[in-house]
Amino acid sequence: MRGETAGAFRRELVGFAGIVERNTYLIRRFVWWELAWFLYTVANTLTIVFIAKGVEAGGYRLDVNREMIILLIGAVVWSYLGLVFEIETETVAWERWEGTIEYTFMAPLSRPAHLLGMGAFAVLYGVIRTVALFGLVAVMLGVHFTNPNFATATVVLAASSVSFVGIGMMTAVLPLVSPEKGTQLGFIAQGLLLVVSGVYYPVSVLPQWMQWLSVLSPATYTLEGARRAILDGAGVSAVWDDLWPLIVIGVVAVPLGLYVFSLGERYAKQHGRLKRSG
Amino acid sequence: MSIEPAVEVCDLRKEFIRRDGSRMRGGVRRRRVPALRDVSFTVARGECVAILGQNGSGKSTLVRVLSTLLLHDGGSARVFGVDVAAKPRAVQRLVNRVSVEASFFKRMSPDENLSYSARFYGLTPRQTRTAIPEILRRVGFPPERRGEPMEDLSRGMQQKIALARALLTSPVLLLLDEPTTGLDPRSKLEVQELVRDMRRRHDCTILLCTHDMTEAEALADRVGILHEGVLLALDTPAEVRDRYGAETLEDAFMAATGRSFEDEAEEEVHA
Repeated sequence: MRGETAGAFRRELVGFAGIVERNTYLIRRFVWWELAWFLYTVANTLTIVFIAKGVEAGGYRLDVNREMIILLIGAVVWSYLGLVFEIETETVAWERWEGTIEYTFMAPLSRPAHLLGMGAFAVLYGVIRTVALFGLVAVMLGVHFTNPNFATATVVLAASSVSFVGIGMMTAVLPLVSPEKGTQLGFIAQGLLLVVSGVYYPVSVLPQWMQWLSVLSPATYTLEGARRAILDGAGVSAVWDDLWPLIVIGVVAVPLGLYVFSLGERYAKQHGRLKRSG
Repeated sequence: MSIEPAVEVCDLRKEFIRRDGSRMRGGVRRRRVPALRDVSFTVARGECVAILGQNGSGKSTLVRVLSTLLLHDGGSARVFGVDVAAKPRAVQRLVNRVSVEASFFKRMSPDENLSYSARFYGLTPRQTRTAIPEILRRVGFPPERRGEPMEDLSRGMQQKIALARALLTSPVLLLLDEPTTGLDPRSKLEVQELVRDMRRRHDCTILLCTHDMTEAEALADRVGILHEGVLLALDTPAEVRDRYGAETLEDAFMAATGRSFEDEAEEEVHA
C-alpha cells in the first residue's frame, strides 16, 4: 500500500515535470518571439518610468528617483504577475490551438499535477524574465536604491505567485467551458486586475467601487508590500499587513481553482467540449 | 473461470445538444441529437475490431467515451473490467490513441513531443532516453529528422510519430480513429503494417474506427457497422458479407445502412 502510494506520487511528479519540460521546449522553439516580446516589455517599462521625469519637466516638484522606482516596481511586478496569470490561464487555450488537448486530457496525469506544473513553469520563467527586466531597466535609467530589502520583496512575490496561480486556474477553465469566448474572458479578468490593483497609482485615487474590488485583488497587496520593501527597506514583519492577505488568498485560491477547474472539466466532458476543434 | 473482455460496452447512450439555427423567444432553439443509441459489444483481449461508419455515425464519440474524454448519458463502458466513468485514471493508464489528426505541438520536434508526452504516463527521462530512439527506429522514422519541427514533416511521417507516441506508453488497448485518412497509399500501407506489428509484439487489443473498408478487412478480426449511433452488425468480415448477401464489405455496408460513402461525399459537396 505504501509502495503504491509512493509509486503514484512519483508518477505525479514525473507528469508535473513533463509539463515544465514541454513548456521549456516551447520557449526554446519560440525564442526569437520571446526575445522580441522581452524587448517590447523593456521599452514599455521605460516609457512608463519616464513619466516621472516628464512630470518633473512639466514644472511639478517631486522626488523623481522615488517616483521612478514606484513606477518601475509597478511595471515590473505587473509584468511578472501578468505572465504568471497568462500562462496559467492559457493552459487549455494552448492545447486547443495546437490540437493536443485530447491527448493531454486522456493521459493519466492528475489535474493538480497538470495545473501546478503550468504554475511552476510560469513562476520559473517569470522570475528569470523579471530579474532581467528589473536589472536592465534600473541600469538604463540609473535609478539608485537607498535601502532596498529585496529578500522581503521576494517573499511578497512568492506569496503572490501562489494566489495568481490559483486565480489563473479558475480562469483557465473558461476556454474549456466556452471555446469561443473563454480566452477573451481571461483577458478581461486580467485587465480588471490591472486597473483596480494600483499598479501605477495609489488605489486611493480610484472610485469607491473600484477600491472595494482592489481589496480582493492579490496584486494590490503585492505592489504595496514590494514598494515598502524596496523603497523603505521594510522587513517581513513590517509588510505583514500585505503578506497575510496574500497568504489567505493563496490558501483559498489554489484549492478553489482546482475545484472550479474540475467542475469545468466535468461540464466539458458531458457536453463534448473537450476536443481540438472546440 | 471466464476471461474478462478488453472492452465491454453495454447499452451505451450519448446525446449532444445542438443549436438548430432557428430562433425562438428567449434565444436560439436547441435540439437533442443522439450520437450513440444503446450500443452494446465486447472486444476480447488481443482482438482487433473495426467499426465502420460514415462521418457523424458515432465512431469518434465511441472512441472519446472509451478514452475518458466524454461522459456517456446511459449504459456502461468498461476497459479490462474498469468503468471508464467511475475510474478514469485507471482506464487512462491502459489506453492510448491515434486519431486522424496527428495532434502535436507543431514547432516542437518528434523527440520533444514524445519526451514530454511520455512523462504524462510516468516515464522518466532515463527510460525515454533509450525508448524513444528505439521506437522511432521501429516505426521507420529517419533518425536524422528527429530534431526537426513536426510542421516540416509529411502527414505520413507525423502519423508514424503518433503511432510511436502510443507505442511508447505500452497501451493494452489502442484506439485508432481513422489513423490512415488523408495519407498517400504508401504511407497508408506502412501505417497498417505498423499496426499489425504492434498487435504481434504487444498483445495489444485494438479498436479501429474507420470508413476504409479495405483497411478494416485487412486489419480486423471482426467488423462492426455503426449507423446514426446504432450498431447494426458486428461479426467477422465474411459473416457480415454473408448476412447481407453481399460480395464485398462495401456492398454489405450499403445494404445495412442504405447508403454508401459516395453518398456522404456528395452530400458534403452539396452542403
